[in-house]
Amino acid sequence: MAEALAARHLRTYGQIAWLWVRAAWQYPTSFVLLAVGNGLITGLDFVGLWIMFSHLRDLAGFSLQEVALLYGSASLALALADTAIGSVERIGAYIRTGRLDQMMTKPVPLLVQVCADQFTLRRLGRLTQASVVFGWACTHVDWTPARVLVAVSMLVSGALVFFGLFVGFSCIQFWTTDATEFANAFTYGGATVTQYPLSIFPREVMVGLTFVVPVAFVNWYPCLFLLGRDDPFGTPDAFQLASPLAGLVTFGAALLVWRTGVRHYTSTGS
Amino acid sequence: MLHAAIAARAFRRYSTYRAATLAGIFTNSVFGVIYSYAYIALWRANPTAGGYDQQDAVTYVWLGQALLMTIALWGGGSTDDLAERIRTGDVAIDLYRPVGLVGWYLAADLGRAAYHLLTRGLGPTVIGLVVFHIALPASPVAALAFCLSLVLAVVVSFAIRFLVASTAFWLLDQSGVKVMSGAFAIFFSGMMLPLVLFPGWLGTVANALPWASYVQVPADIWLGTHVGDDLVAALGFQVFWAVVLLAACQGVLGLATRKVVVQGG
Repeated sequence: MAEALAARHLRTYGQIAWLWVRAAWQYPTSFVLLAVGNGLITGLDFVGLWIMFSHLRDLAGFSLQEVALLYGSASLALALADTAIGSVERIGAYIRTGRLDQMMTKPVPLLVQVCADQFTLRRLGRLTQASVVFGWACTHVDWTPARVLVAVSMLVSGALVFFGLFVGFSCIQFWTTDATEFANAFTYGGATVTQYPLSIFPREVMVGLTFVVPVAFVNWYPCLFLLGRDDPFGTPDAFQLASPLAGLVTFGAALLVWRTGVRHYTSTGS
Repeated sequence: MLHAAIAARAFRRYSTYRAATLAGIFTNSVFGVIYSYAYIALWRANPTAGGYDQQDAVTYVWLGQALLMTIALWGGGSTDDLAERIRTGDVAIDLYRPVGLVGWYLAADLGRAAYHLLTRGLGPTVIGLVVFHIALPASPVAALAFCLSLVLAVVVSFAIRFLVASTAFWLLDQSGVKVMSGAFAIFFSGMMLPLVLFPGWLGTVANALPWASYVQVPADIWLGTHVGDDLVAALGFQVFWAVVLLAACQGVLGLATRKVVVQGG
């Protein structure tokens, strides 16, 4: 029953998303430029990392290829979450314009509508670039069946963590509609943090990124497992396998915040 | 006089979004902290990279965060209004007005930049001063030159954004070009990584492109890297690009006006 419902929501999501893809294609030049531009942003991002390494042998003990593994896996997780539900960032605008009220009258769950609204394939650029970097970094890993399993779970859990951050922090807009950027500190900030080995940060930051905003589970802990390295901070080995738990907890918390936000919501009346 | 009024209106328009401003300062500061630790790790491993010391590098990070919105590195600002008016056709009315279009939107953008400087510029700078003990301007001359350099940076950035918005005359939608332009701006302005770290020919090219005026030039003036003739040359570099790009804006507008007339029948 629950599965049939989830499948139906997923199909509705797909239908709305497809509508937006077709709409975007009405301006084909812009569509292509947007995809290329997004690939360019992340591509130059990695060039930046490479330039950094032209002045270094290692960053806090991590080689370029090891940093690429961190960068690629986090970027891939972010790209998956961002492509699927990145539109949720815009709920502040939907509240202001009264669009959210319209959505509430429709027989499709609000979260599905908001996430699929203005779906865009332009983030394919990031997805492609992240896959290339991750693929290259993977040649550095000494693969075992356990590591393959952890790598797969890392990408899924990482996407779940970012999904949770996107939805959860976007809910702030139910209370203050114009503070969109506050969420960026946690979503894109989290994505930036995960590009670097966490060992460049003080211990307090590591603790915060593990227990408060759990982006350390997106890539840092599972990558330590893939690389067979000990944690410079000396955290328990179990953390390296705990990403799915962090993903589910963040995801669940976000859904709770979302429900609270929707209940709290009172229309602007526009 | 008119232009001052336009600028004042733009300033006030942005100042109505208080929560957004606070959220923005918070976000800039979070990124400032992240990049500071990354740069500290880099300069700890290589203490003279790019001719900077660790304090220079951390100062550079916070100046970058302070300038991000002032310079409108990702795009946006008054030129977004222009792009929207081109898309809807309202720009035809603008062209009738007895005021130059470039001057009108430049004034509005300077008003916006002033607001962002006082809030999203000053906010992160104070946090950088308190938490990371960033360096103050190297001298009174450097401080004064920095202010001048900042205005020039906004003008250069405005001109590029104006050109991007103008593509809407032909493409109807600027968003694709805007994203591309933003990507180049972030990379070649020194926002992502100081241009002094760019190796060989890439460094030479990056330092000659207009985007260097956005962050690298003002930051180097603040840090006292440019003094005497060198300082004049740095400001001259910005003036050069400002003049060339504003002329390009005027030229593109001339071309576009002919197109609008044709469309109007």
